[in-house]
Amino acid sequence: MRRRLAPYLLILPGSLWLMLFFVVPMATMLSLSLQQGDVVSGYVFTGHWQTYVDAIVDYRVQLIRSLWYGAVATLVLIVLSFPVAYWIAFYGGRRKATYLFLLLLPFFVSFVLRTISWRHVLTDDGFLLGALKDAGLLPPAFHILGTSFAVIGGLVYNFLPFMALPVYVALERIDPRVVEAARDLYANPATAFRKVIFPLALPGVFAGVLMTFVPASSDYVNSAVLGSSSTAMIGQVIQAQYLASSDYPTASALSFALMTVLLIGVFAYARALGTEDVMKVATR
Amino acid sequence: MTVTLDDTAAPAQPDAVGPRRGRLRGGRMLHLYTWLVIAWLILPIAIMIAFGFNDTKGRFNQSWDGFTLKWYGRLFDLDELTKALVISVLVALVTMVVAGALGTGIGYALGRYAFRGAGSLNLVMFATISSPELVMGASLLTLFVSLGLGLGVVTITIAHVMFSISFVAAVVRARVLTLDRSLEEAAADLGATPWTTFWRVTFPLILPAVFSGMLLAFALSIDDFVVTNFTAGTTTTFPLWIWGATRVGLPPQVNVMGTLIFLVGVLIAVVSSARGRRRGPA
Repeated sequence: MRRRLAPYLLILPGSLWLMLFFVVPMATMLSLSLQQGDVVSGYVFTGHWQTYVDAIVDYRVQLIRSLWYGAVATLVLIVLSFPVAYWIAFYGGRRKATYLFLLLLPFFVSFVLRTISWRHVLTDDGFLLGALKDAGLLPPAFHILGTSFAVIGGLVYNFLPFMALPVYVALERIDPRVVEAARDLYANPATAFRKVIFPLALPGVFAGVLMTFVPASSDYVNSAVLGSSSTAMIGQVIQAQYLASSDYPTASALSFALMTVLLIGVFAYARALGTEDVMKVATR
Repeated sequence: MTVTLDDTAAPAQPDAVGPRRGRLRGGRMLHLYTWLVIAWLILPIAIMIAFGFNDTKGRFNQSWDGFTLKWYGRLFDLDELTKALVISVLVALVTMVVAGALGTGIGYALGRYAFRGAGSLNLVMFATISSPELVMGASLLTLFVSLGLGLGVVTITIAHVMFSISFVAAVVRARVLTLDRSLEEAAADLGATPWTTFWRVTFPLILPAVFSGMLLAFALSIDDFVVTNFTAGTTTTFPLWIWGATRVGLPPQVNVMGTLIFLVGVLIAVVSSARGRRRGPA
């Protein structure tokens, strides 16, 4: 009897915490998104679905832009980090751990601070662009800050390890003999890569997509620090609705809509591929 | 993020792809490319560190005005910034302890027992790790607002513990799953009660995982901006202070603090990985 109770006693405090401060808030948010009223006089539940329609129609530009930026950043991340993960997995030798550690170095600097540091580097007349303009290599009006290039670049920079690590983990698991066998069967390097290595790395790529697309498309730090009003993302809208204009029903509806779009992907992933890969990388 | 540096690959294993000549040339190109990416990752960190030594005159620490060490001496001159840093450290310490305890309970139970509800618990953990931070922060704000709870250090800590539990639990669970059960059986055979076996055998074995989970919780908490922004009210943590100051320009003290936090973090990672290596794979 005691043994059967033991796991429940162990998980009780932790799961209570997750229940109260993760599950209940989500339910509260869903409920608030269907209420009407204001901060002063309070809210009444009216099941007002129109809030969703209005919010999505009003902010469709930012919503679509966020998903678009997230998708582009994720694609760039796959292309950019696959060769790195590949080289570390197959050529890293004894130094594998050191290279992975170097990839993780940005995490030792606060997220906000390293994004601001990029703004410092890319300032219109800063030490980089200013010098290039003085040398006549760039036209005086050239700028990077405020463009979607800067925002997507920031997203790519900030989330690179979340793509490189799971891809590395998948590549590292490949049995070298499988690749040898492909070569022995007269596959040229390109074919061996396309038919053997890449398919085996796909679970890692999927885990990486999950771990970068969700935070990238819901991010608002990069577009706030590196972008302009023409690059505003849905995160900025939600943040402003909550913290500046206190329009809680609209903000909740937008958050819930965003969450739904992203979580459909998350749970489809979990059902198809399991949660192990992501958990492993998240706790590395 | 904490980093475990223990190499998973057996050193004796030859490189996966045989030394064919075309491969080698490709390997050298990829090697160069890897270093270019690493250089790009390090560039803004180097700039941050360098401008902590900048003898800036005005409010903007933007252009290089000569080398100085004075900001290291005046590190705590800005009271608001110092207060924000203290709050961040305190919240991170409490988060580390509370999430460490709660997460260890969950991780141990999931690794050791098969019980009803384990699947749903796993799914909730997965959801907290993969949900957008923005939505977690926003939903906590709606909860606190509907409860009429004042925002401040307490609500920040509640939020940080919430998102850290799953990380600690996942680390501990991974360790429990790889435990050698024969050690516990040996203890039982030698007449130890289950209680004694747990505290004398099992607990010391999972302790390194508990510590790395707690370090991870500390790192996640002290760096968090998004969730904190929603749950802080008028309280200011270190990342929130930086966020608020960006419009008027960051003082060099922020660079210095960023540099010191960076160095301490790297030092802890290197030391703990060196210890892990001496003990063998954790």
